[in-house]
Amino acid sequence: MKTAAFCVLTLAAAGIASAQTPEAVQIRVGSKLFTESVILGEIVVHLARQQGAVVEHRDQLGGTQVLWKALISGELDVYPDYTGTIAEETLAGLDLPDDDAIREALAEYSVLMAGPLGFNNTYAIGMQKDVAAELGITKISDLRKHPDLAFGFGTEFMEREDGWPNLSAAYKLTQANVRGMEHELTYRGLDSGAIQAMDLYSTDAEIGYYDLLVLDDDLTFFPKYNAVYLYRADLAERAPGLVQDLHRLEGRIPESTMIAMNGQSKLEQVPDTVVAARFVQETFGIETSVKTETRFDRLLKHTREHLFLVSLSVIAAVCLAVPLGVLAAKSRLAGQAILSTVGILQTIPSLALFVVLIPLLGIGPAPAICALFLYSLLPIVRNTYTGLHDIPPQIHESAEALGLPAAARVRLIELPLASRSILAGIKTAVVINVGTATLGGFIGAGGYGQPIFKGIRLDRTDFLLEGAIPAAVMALLAQGVFELAERRLVPRGLRLKPSA
Amino acid sequence: MLRLSGVSKSYGKQTVLHPTDLSADAGTTRVLIGPSGCGKSTLLRLIIGLIVPDTGTVLFEDQQMTGDKVVELRRRMGYVIQDGGLFPHLTAERNATLMARYLGWDENRVSKRLSELTDLTHLPADSLSRYPAQLSGGQQQRVSLMRALMLDPELLLLDEPLGALDPMIRAELQSDLREIFQSLGKTVVMVTHDIGEAAYFADNIDLMRGGRIVQSGTLAELVHQPADDFVTSFINAQRSPLESALGDVS
Repeated sequence: MKTAAFCVLTLAAAGIASAQTPEAVQIRVGSKLFTESVILGEIVVHLARQQGAVVEHRDQLGGTQVLWKALISGELDVYPDYTGTIAEETLAGLDLPDDDAIREALAEYSVLMAGPLGFNNTYAIGMQKDVAAELGITKISDLRKHPDLAFGFGTEFMEREDGWPNLSAAYKLTQANVRGMEHELTYRGLDSGAIQAMDLYSTDAEIGYYDLLVLDDDLTFFPKYNAVYLYRADLAERAPGLVQDLHRLEGRIPESTMIAMNGQSKLEQVPDTVVAARFVQETFGIETSVKTETRFDRLLKHTREHLFLVSLSVIAAVCLAVPLGVLAAKSRLAGQAILSTVGILQTIPSLALFVVLIPLLGIGPAPAICALFLYSLLPIVRNTYTGLHDIPPQIHESAEALGLPAAARVRLIELPLASRSILAGIKTAVVINVGTATLGGFIGAGGYGQPIFKGIRLDRTDFLLEGAIPAAVMALLAQGVFELAERRLVPRGLRLKPSA
Repeated sequence: MLRLSGVSKSYGKQTVLHPTDLSADAGTTRVLIGPSGCGKSTLLRLIIGLIVPDTGTVLFEDQQMTGDKVVELRRRMGYVIQDGGLFPHLTAERNATLMARYLGWDENRVSKRLSELTDLTHLPADSLSRYPAQLSGGQQQRVSLMRALMLDPELLLLDEPLGALDPMIRAELQSDLREIFQSLGKTVVMVTHDIGEAAYFADNIDLMRGGRIVQSGTLAELVHQPADDFVTSFINAQRSPLESALGDVS
């Protein structure tokens, strides 16, 4: 509890510190969970900072819908995207044959488009060269002759209109062994032979690194994926200089430049911000300062964020779940309703819950805390209920026969007797939340998810461990803290073995 | 002081107590006895309002045990059950004084009453700071009795208070209990299944079977003027093993 209070205070202090220059324009940049998007985002960060704005980069957000909803609701000002994605997914259902049609449709949402930037990062299907040669495959329609091949596709590609469902229909592909997985992991799947074909982005740095064959799209199924920036219309008033810069970038990033930048980040391990700074300097002749954080700085920041997510969500959950558990134990009807409701909440996939919460709470810590709060309810409600339910009937009778009113019985007898069980429920909630909170990285909530997703994105084990190890340590520490708490909070009489 | 008129209780189709009348005068001891499931514990729980009767009324000091009054009236009764029903998270002292502290008695009054009861129940003083799990069965029952007597109730209800104790401790506590009843002059309703114990305590014994009081009277009346064969066989069932064993010896 003390730690939580400390954490809240620290964050409040940080909030005050960051708000000390109210006259500066605040710009919030978003990017998706892959390196190219993060680099394109960082380029905007450097340009905006150059204009004197206070910039925040909500990087590696999970999925187009997260970014789009955040842009519409004003949580973000600008993010990089692709015309194909906009036409096929963001504004799916509209007939948008060209860029002008897209601009017109975006204007309905007060969103403007800068670009194209100069490269087309379209989807493609890739295989290992030797495997493809052995099977005699050079184009996508050749896959039809090999129905037993295993495919691994990014999760977005599995669902998109321009993804696997329509690709397989257009090419009449019948492969049944098709797995949806994180895009960065599919390269490793291909390399190890677990899958034989995967979806690629045509500017992926790994195409050269893994020496892959990009299959010819002989039916020209894939639409154009020209890189663009989407920004809110009000940005033109708030930061006219930045909007000018965004339009000056049109045509300035050819495919070769983007592949090179991707390669610097992913293969040469140059920080994304440095890659972007180099580009800005070469293109505009602007020197930009690069702020580098040490590993320790990052660890401290992520720990603080993670603690904040977990502690606030669990504290809120305790406040609601314990009374709910008491109510569930007191009334059979309410009990069934409460237990099944919190049970159903638990079955909602966390990513789905995050996306549902974004229109209500925006991106960042708020929806993550809300989701973690909802997930914490079940273990605490259930354990409170069980703890109360397991109190022997003669104890209930004795308390009642003494003439204690119902509320006093709960406070003086029942809750203390259930304390061990309730505490165990809270412990379960905390330990689960320490793990689940890493998924907050998808929606810009910070915490240990940030380095973990960065590690996956860049295929860098050190970043991955930078999040995974502290998360595991935090879970273990939480266990320890609760064992100590049990000694203090569970009445001594309940920890004794009967003498007779 | 206590008057039950036509009280009955059923759970679904099973009647655990047929319409029954029972009364107890101030300062007397009544013992309810009978085989398991005869309804004797049900009768006791009806008196203290843990169960609401389907029919009939329970009058305590001319007030009906219903609704809001139940909580208040219970504080004028003491209730002791077989295994003590002590709260495991509280020490013996806290168990005994829980209600007094809840009602806001000051420390002086609490400790004065506590020491009176410790003397009365012969509880070793060092037991007060122990938790129920650290007490023997006999000590637990003494603490349970202290708890029941804390507010100095007019009526004491005991549901097989000695049932779980071994014979030596039981005998000791039996004599202590009788002494306490006699010295305090309280109205007592006690449930037991042991005819010897019933005779030891009771002014009046109520023998129950199948949810009815079969016969009400002194032990002598039950032995010499049994209402039916069941009364005779119930009494003989408990007396014959020892007597036949003694017969073999002599």
